[in-house]
Amino acid sequence: MRDARASRSTITLKLLMAASGLLFILFVLLHMYGNLKAFSGHDAYNEYAEHLRTLGEPMLPFEGFLWIQRTTLVVALVVHVYAAATLWRRARGARTQRYVMKKNLASSFSSRWMRWGGLTILLFLIWHLVQFSFGKVNVAGGETNDPYNLLVDTFETWWMTLIYLAAMFALGMHLHHGTWSAAQTLGLTNNVRARRNAKSLGWILAVVIAGGFSLVPICVLAGVITK
Amino acid sequence: MKVTLKIWRQPDAASKGAMHTYELDGVSSDMSFLEMLDVLNEDLIAKGEDPVAFDSDCREGICGMCGLMINGQAHGPEVTTTCQLHMRSFKDGDEIVIEPWRSDAFPVIKDLVVDRSAFDRIIQAGGYISVNTGSAPEAHSVPVPRDDAIRAFNVATCIGCGACVAACPNGSASLFMGAKITHLGELPQGQPERDTRVVGMVAQHDAEGFGGCTNIGECTAACPKEIPLDVISRLNWDLHAALRHGR
Amino acid sequence: MTDMPDTTLTGDPSHDAPADHGDDAAGYYTPGDPIRDTKAPEGPIDERWQTRKFEARLVNPANRRKLDIIIVGTGLAGASAAATLGEAGYNVKSFCYQDSPRRAHSIAAQGGINAAKNYKEDGDSAHRLFYDTVKGGDYRSRESNVYRLAEVSTNIIDQCVAQGVPFAREYGGLLDNRSFGGVQVSRTFYARGQTGQQLLIGAYQAMERQVAAGTVEQFTRHEMLELIVVDGKARGIIARDMVTGEIQTHLADVVVLASGGYGNVFFLSTNAMGSNVTAAWRAHRKGAYMANPCYTQIHPTCIPVTGSHQSKLTLMSESLRNDGRIWVPKKKSDCEKDPREIPEEDRDYYLERIYPSFGNLVPRDIASRAAKNVCDEGRGVGPEVDGVRRGVYLDFSSAIERLGRDGIEEKYDNLFDMYARITGENPYETPMRIYPAVHYVMGGLWVDYDLQSTIPGLFVTGEANFSDHGANRLGASALMQGLADGYFVLPHTIRDYLADGPFEKIQESHPAVVEARQAVEERVTHFLSTNGTRSVDSYHRELGNIMWEYCGMERTEDGLKKAIDLIRTLKDDFWRNVKVLGTADSLNQSLEKAGRVADFMELGELMCIDALNRRESCGGHFRGESQTEDGEALRHDDQFAYVAAWEFAGDGELPVLHKEDLVYTAIEMKQRSYK
Ligand SMILES: Cc1cc2nc3c(=O)[nH]c(=O)nc-3n(C[C@H](O)[C@H](O)[C@H](O)COP(=O)(O)OP(=O)(O)OC[C@H]3O[C@@H](n4cnc5c(N)ncnc54)[C@H](O)[C@@H]3O)c2cc1C
Ligand code: HEM
Ligand code: SF4
Ligand code: FES
Repeated sequence: MRDARASRSTITLKLLMAASGLLFILFVLLHMYGNLKAFSGHDAYNEYAEHLRTLGEPMLPFEGFLWIQRTTLVVALVVHVYAAATLWRRARGARTQRYVMKKNLASSFSSRWMRWGGLTILLFLIWHLVQFSFGKVNVAGGETNDPYNLLVDTFETWWMTLIYLAAMFALGMHLHHGTWSAAQTLGLTNNVRARRNAKSLGWILAVVIAGGFSLVPICVLAGVITK
Repeated sequence: MKVTLKIWRQPDAASKGAMHTYELDGVSSDMSFLEMLDVLNEDLIAKGEDPVAFDSDCREGICGMCGLMINGQAHGPEVTTTCQLHMRSFKDGDEIVIEPWRSDAFPVIKDLVVDRSAFDRIIQAGGYISVNTGSAPEAHSVPVPRDDAIRAFNVATCIGCGACVAACPNGSASLFMGAKITHLGELPQGQPERDTRVVGMVAQHDAEGFGGCTNIGECTAACPKEIPLDVISRLNWDLHAALRHGR
Repeated sequence: MTDMPDTTLTGDPSHDAPADHGDDAAGYYTPGDPIRDTKAPEGPIDERWQTRKFEARLVNPANRRKLDIIIVGTGLAGASAAATLGEAGYNVKSFCYQDSPRRAHSIAAQGGINAAKNYKEDGDSAHRLFYDTVKGGDYRSRESNVYRLAEVSTNIIDQCVAQGVPFAREYGGLLDNRSFGGVQVSRTFYARGQTGQQLLIGAYQAMERQVAAGTVEQFTRHEMLELIVVDGKARGIIARDMVTGEIQTHLADVVVLASGGYGNVFFLSTNAMGSNVTAAWRAHRKGAYMANPCYTQIHPTCIPVTGSHQSKLTLMSESLRNDGRIWVPKKKSDCEKDPREIPEEDRDYYLERIYPSFGNLVPRDIASRAAKNVCDEGRGVGPEVDGVRRGVYLDFSSAIERLGRDGIEEKYDNLFDMYARITGENPYETPMRIYPAVHYVMGGLWVDYDLQSTIPGLFVTGEANFSDHGANRLGASALMQGLADGYFVLPHTIRDYLADGPFEKIQESHPAVVEARQAVEERVTHFLSTNGTRSVDSYHRELGNIMWEYCGMERTEDGLKKAIDLIRTLKDDFWRNVKVLGTADSLNQSLEKAGRVADFMELGELMCIDALNRRESCGGHFRGESQTEDGEALRHDDQFAYVAAWEFAGDGELPVLHKEDLVYTAIEMKQRSYK
């Protein structure tokens, strides 16, 4: 292959996925930290939401940071999803005749569920954005311009909490395999120890992030967090 | 002992295949799996039926010619090649499902025989060190740290059987490729072509229609030579290096 | 069959005299003219190769692209030649029957490769390697070829290291090596127990690089079924595409056979399932002489046969004999017992008893024959197959006591695992069982110093030729020979022949081409239309039994004569009664085997005739009629210091024996003794 280019390879797609995935991880960590402010009460939470909007002022205009973040995340999402879709298509084309019998020996459930799990996260994400960012839907019928109250109203609705928890389960699984996979894609797991560490990190991130996000809705539903 | 065999039969690449069922009696536990199929074939020939085509050559686990999907596992239930699998791994009355490697990059030629020439083409795309015969320097002119030599050897043991592809849900050949990249990349002799090697091999891999890797690890579990997943990390690392170097 | 170049034959009619009085094989062959290698230059042995390289004519680089070379075989000998000739700019077509060149049977070699590097400063040199090889071959090899082999051996290691072959290394980063096969210097380079694999992958990669460069075209799953000889010169091959069944004609200026050994004539051997003699045999039938076909090496440490289903035998490295002790029960009645329950005094450590100074480390042929003898006496162990127990114990219990289980594990772990996997027994707990098996053939197509056969334009390399190992091959020397031939010898000698090329173009319609093609097509049609009652494998098995029984470790005049009769009968039956199903135009493994077995039958007969002719015990070849008082091999240099080169005289005709006298100028002939 004389005219081969590294940039056109499947591995480059994976690299883009890993990079965008890591961005997401960074984002969800921060996001989760923010959500946990709900435990500090109405004012602290709303202050934090406002703070996000004014971050970087006067260097950045109002909501400047948020917009940079949003753009980055959207670009990353497009890249992540595009690469995922391309690789999915490739994988399907790589074996059009299926096995009559096929056993999985080594792969974790999370690893085999990355694509469907990713799709779940995507669907959730759209709903999530519609609900909290763009559309501002309050399923309880209450006000939508007070972030804290919107949050509490939402999670006091049991099925909203359920959807949210299901999504967090999907996210946890995605992170469990995704973290290790990204390390491997980045070429950081060249020996047994590095591989073990990457896998442990996957567990930690999965539990911390999915768990951290789930804490708020569970506590709302349980009545620990109230208006 | 007696076993029931469900075997994929397909007369040639163009025809559609199907699973056929055969009963085989008098199987001894000392037989190798392929010897069991030899016995089946002798039976079939006696009955005037076309024997089952399957590949094998060395029958000692080193040439990589054999390879069957046995009960949903590449090379069957033990960590070894199909030819080194013995019937003592099965019991009387077992049903055994036998299929060819399934990968669009490995088209079926007949029954259980597939075409793995894609692997040769991947090697052609850079899986070598360019040194013309006679131009080599004295062997001791470049010492190689013992650990590097051992690591290179450990992955150079890949036999090119294709079980990694067969077992991978994505039909990726990353383990095979990674083994070669790591083998040559561990040695000082392999450094000058490190970038072009990885770029060429990966491009050929993609062009052959193999899937992309998702690091799920079915390949290593099926690999009769226990090539570790590290090699895929090395492969990725080398590709990034090539990207950085503008290849 | 007189399309021989005058240069290789001394046309002295006085040699047409009838065979010597008392010739066992009288009536089985026709004596022919002596044959002589005319290509090795005269002069001191260590200067001959330099001289020949200089004298061999050069081919203009611009002309090389116009010269087509066919290479059959992609083992060490074939792949290395394809790579090197491709690099030189010739147009190479490479053939193998496997699905990839990397699978040639060289891949299975375990032990190592010799080279006279003298890295250990233990007195090694090209001359010593030469000496050991000739002596190991029991003074039945051609000295100029062997010397050259020893000379180029050092270049092989350099080349392989540069290709990235991961040889074992010492802590300082330099190459490790060990002593192997009873020689007293340390010159065997190795890559754990997979040296052949690593060397072959190196050669394969070098060849694939040339495929990418466009100088080598590879034809996998293609089997050569006929040689095309036009005006006395090899000009191409007929091959069958094993996937589509297409019979193809490939024409060239020169043909190289690197098609490996024919040990599978014994059905059970350590060779690969597909190893065959067809390429060589077809060439033999077209005029290439077959030399010393009966010279077979039988390896003592293989895993015994377990039953009639056995399809091949597995070798375990000879190094096991360094620590294992070989024994059988003294009493037949103990043979069925659990070996651990047989007390020390009831065990017969027969090698230690008969050969006190070498003990378990006697050469391969002696260890093999001794095992056969004790089993023939009824003292073999393991499962009974066809009424006889064929196995002896290789016991590590004292070594485990001495070195600890860890010590043994470190040294032999992979071998112990392999044994456990195949037999289902744990060799750390019960002794291993071993039995000899056919492993290598020293015989092969006759070649001169240039590796050219008696057909001009047909070169033969690797195990397929006869040249370097005499009557017995030294361990770790076959890999050396394959790579020496392909990387360093053939590329120089072939150019002398090609300097006269490109030869006149021939058309596919040339009568010689058409005839070769038709012969192949007729054979295919014959097999598919015979519609007999017996499978190809059943014939192969029967042939193997005959060969093993009568032309194996120990041969006698009566046995060989009987074998020849049996083979002739079997051959007739085969042609009338074989059952090959399927079609000609698809992958048809029975059809492939049928062609191979047909050629093995003819070869088997010639092997027996050759063995009959050689009424001496030498190397791996033991003749019952030629032994010392205490049953040791007895060589007869006065009568048999020659290469027996057999000419095919036509179907139903007696083969013609041409003798090449072996003359040693740089070494003195000695009888070996291991007592
Ligand atoms: C188990 C085992 C262990 C060994 N260990 C050692 C060792 O430690 N050291 C050592 O020095 N030697 C060893 N030997 C011997 C050595 O491996 C062989 O002699 C040597 O590798 C032969 O190489 P080759 O290239 O001549 O033939 P091979 O490697 O046998 O290659 C033959 C080639 O010819 C092709 N071919 C054959 N017939 C046809 C046809 N009709 N049409 C098309 N293609 C054809 C095949 O496809 C193949 O590519 C061992 C041998 C065995 C069996
Ligand atoms: C917050 C959201 C997300 C995070 C944190 C995230 C994170 C990651 C990470 C770290 C990886 C590993 C990359 C690699 O293997 O190199 C990954 C892979 C993947 N992601 Fe996401 N991702 C998210 C959203 C999505 C979405 C919305 C999709 C939907 C289409 C998706 C689909 C995938 C797929 C298919 C993979 C490939 C699996 C693999 O290679 O192992 N992800 N993701
Ligand atoms: S990596 Fe393992 S499974 Fe894949 S081809 Fe090599 S030996 Fe076979
Ligand atoms: S037949 Fe060679 S590895 Fe199985």
